[in-house]
Amino acid sequence: MSLARTLSPLIRAVRSPMGAAAGLWVLLIVALAILAPVVAPYAYDAQSLPDSFQPPSAAHWLGTDEFGRDLLTRLIYGARTSLSVSVTSIALSVFAGMVLGAAAGYVGGAFDRAVTIVVDLSWSFPEILIALILVAIIGPGVTGTMVAIGVAYLAQFTRLTRAQILALRSETYIEAARSLGAGGGFILFRHLLPNALAPVLVAGMLATGDAIILEATLGFFGLGAQPPLPSWGSMMSSGSALLFKAPWIIILPGLAVAITVVAINLFGDALIRALDIKTRLREA
Amino acid sequence: MLLSVRDLSIRFGPVEPVSGLSFDLDRGQIIGLVGESGSGKSLTAMAVAGLLPLVGGRIAEGRILFDGTDLARLPEAGLRAYRGRRIGVVTQNPMTALDPAQRIGEQVEVVARLHRGLSRQEAHQATIELLTALRIPEAGAICDAYPHQLSGGMKQRIVIAMALAGEPDLLIADEPTTALDVTVQAQIIHLLGQLVRERGLGLMLITHDMGVVAQVCDQVAVLYAGRLAETRDAPGLFAHPRHPYTAALIDCIPREGMAPGSLTGIPGAVPSAASYSTGCRFHDRCPRMLDRCRTEVPPLVARPEGGSLACHNPMGPT
Amino acid sequence: MTRPLLRAEGLSRRFSTGGGWFSPARSMLAVRGVSFDQARGEVLGVVGESGCGKSTLARLVLRLIEPTEGAVTFDGQDVTALGKGDLRRLRRRMAMVFQDPYSSLDPRFTVEDALSEPFAVQHERPPGGRIATLLDQVGLSRAMGRSYPHQLSGGQRQRVGIARALAQAPDFIVLDEPTASLDVSIQAQIIGLLADLKRDHGLTYLFISHDLGLVRYFCDRVLVMYLGAVVEVLPTADAAPRHPYTRALMDSNFVPDPAHRRTLQAIKGEIPSAFNLPKGCAFAARCPRATDLCRAVDPPLSELSPGHPVACHHPL
Repeated sequence: MSLARTLSPLIRAVRSPMGAAAGLWVLLIVALAILAPVVAPYAYDAQSLPDSFQPPSAAHWLGTDEFGRDLLTRLIYGARTSLSVSVTSIALSVFAGMVLGAAAGYVGGAFDRAVTIVVDLSWSFPEILIALILVAIIGPGVTGTMVAIGVAYLAQFTRLTRAQILALRSETYIEAARSLGAGGGFILFRHLLPNALAPVLVAGMLATGDAIILEATLGFFGLGAQPPLPSWGSMMSSGSALLFKAPWIIILPGLAVAITVVAINLFGDALIRALDIKTRLREA
Repeated sequence: MLLSVRDLSIRFGPVEPVSGLSFDLDRGQIIGLVGESGSGKSLTAMAVAGLLPLVGGRIAEGRILFDGTDLARLPEAGLRAYRGRRIGVVTQNPMTALDPAQRIGEQVEVVARLHRGLSRQEAHQATIELLTALRIPEAGAICDAYPHQLSGGMKQRIVIAMALAGEPDLLIADEPTTALDVTVQAQIIHLLGQLVRERGLGLMLITHDMGVVAQVCDQVAVLYAGRLAETRDAPGLFAHPRHPYTAALIDCIPREGMAPGSLTGIPGAVPSAASYSTGCRFHDRCPRMLDRCRTEVPPLVARPEGGSLACHNPMGPT
Repeated sequence: MTRPLLRAEGLSRRFSTGGGWFSPARSMLAVRGVSFDQARGEVLGVVGESGCGKSTLARLVLRLIEPTEGAVTFDGQDVTALGKGDLRRLRRRMAMVFQDPYSSLDPRFTVEDALSEPFAVQHERPPGGRIATLLDQVGLSRAMGRSYPHQLSGGQRQRVGIARALAQAPDFIVLDEPTASLDVSIQAQIIGLLADLKRDHGLTYLFISHDLGLVRYFCDRVLVMYLGAVVEVLPTADAAPRHPYTRALMDSNFVPDPAHRRTLQAIKGEIPSAFNLPKGCAFAARCPRATDLCRAVDPPLSELSPGHPVACHHPL
């Protein structure tokens, strides 16, 4: 497995104009989130009441909020919160889902039936409901949000991984490995999991977009990152009361969420085409 | 002449997988288009059925004269009057050719209603008669069945029935038996043969198996890498193959009393359409290659014994 | 007689389906009491149509699936009784080539990786030069070792599958329809290659196929199977068939000679479902010679002439 082979789907994905634009936006947001302390013009909690409710100007490119805090700064830090929460929670969810799904698909039997029943049950609840219940139990804040979002999406990745493993198990090369004397672990780690990886990772990437919305929703209800730490959701929440006085306060984070989610979805679609795994995703 | 293909060339963008094909087919006759995968035989069948645009190809040159009309120059709207009505198509895999959610009867009847303007009642009657003619026992009960309730051979008979429901003059069958069991293959091939004789159809049979060709075909066109290698009546072709490729294809089928080790196949593989070689496209696999085979394309020449041949160094005379 | 290399005794395998919440459980015998001996160096053919159990038999012999009844002995060892470790070590001596060359190679592995796998499962590294030798033996260029399966043609992939089977220098290879998904021209190439390898390495083949013409060309002895059971064993490739089903298979084979066209339909009907096997002879419903006896009593396999067992009340 060479690096070039691993990267080639990424390269093919950004070859279409749509995929390239989407990839560029995602890259920009990720860079801003990581470099927030360096690139943000102000401190995210620097208040200046005389400067409150300023429309966009040379000093404050995107204006200020009700406490006179710079909106561009808060948007950049909001990206940091939003991305770190959604990426971490989805990464945990993908990892746990792969372990559960692979175990269920490979071991089969009673364990598989138990996992399938739980997954099917949680599949019938909207993610937001599961996340709300969990935040209510764990308590609001960044950690609570991560766990809530991670668990909310667990069913999806468990189900997808299990379906991949089941489909791959009937491939002839699995039987060929058995005919050579390969045992269960060898087959699972050498053939099944690596082949199941690509579709699950792409599904994870697409789910990150949904997780950003979910994180914003929890933030909107005041259950996400706690003040003064900014998140796109809590910014919209405070902006909703000032919709007519200072509409940019709610519109800007709203746009940030919308464009980022669309970009992630477009890039994910380009990746699906490049990897040629559309039918494999649909199976699940 | 029912079907007369003249200098047919097929293009996919800059690539020309099929060039300069010519062959004829009369009513009550079966022509076998034979060659390995990649020889262009299925593309030729699609061109005649007007289905090339489905796969992104087009007819670049040549004529497809069907009962005097040049199908190659007909617009899509004009073709619709032929496809299904006067030209029936039998596909390779009967397992995927039928709609799993529709009863067998409806699927056959809709063809008869669409192409022959029959009423629901008449179409049902015609379908029962057709299925009976295809030696399907209890045609009435089969009409009410769903595809998954039928065996592979039965499904292929239904696909043939659908192709015949518009009462076509020409039937195109692309590897109609490869997906079936051996004993069922024999049944379907014989059924096709009988249909042609009884109904005066023309049948274009696409296959890679010289055994199938020998069983039912009257005429044979051997294709290699998109060009004709040899055409001839079947008995003449099998008795005295002139093109080394024809002979090699025949020798790929194990025969009674064949000496061990005599089955060796054809070395190498068919080149892809994007990398056709110069000269005769078969030269690098040919045991009788001459120097000029590398550079000069052998022209397709009519032979005194009948048929035509494109080879610089043909095998012994008849 | 010397000890056979492989002996199968009364092999049976039952498969069950359904039995979940919504479908009733059904079961069928995919293989019914199959016994045979195979001598070292012999090419034994197993021929039959879909659902005859030939592929299940291949997997029972290698113990890729467990038999419901019966036993397999390989070179004196009871394969069906071996523990995990012993079975893994025995797999060096018994290999398999699969029908579908498109799915028998992991798309993520290069040809070299695929050929290293037989060593990896035994916790070994391939000896230096072994991969190159294997590529040579199956007629692939050494440069092809770095190719991925999607870059190869069907015939080339099947050569890789054969090289993988040869990797640990086995005595015995099960060939499960190794040419059924290939063009006839490539099929003949592969058969030629298999014949050369057998001669050079003294291999013993169990050759599974639906093509009686091919089996009679390639094999020394032929088991004919119908619906899970052996109906006839042809002692030599050119022996005259005595069972009506073998006759029908032979008549369904198209000879590439228009002068020998079959004018009569070989056989009527299709194979019934193994889930509801008829009483008596399984072939009776399609057999032109069937009588009331055939529909009532399943004929046992009995030797009509030495080494030529047939299961038929009214043999030809």
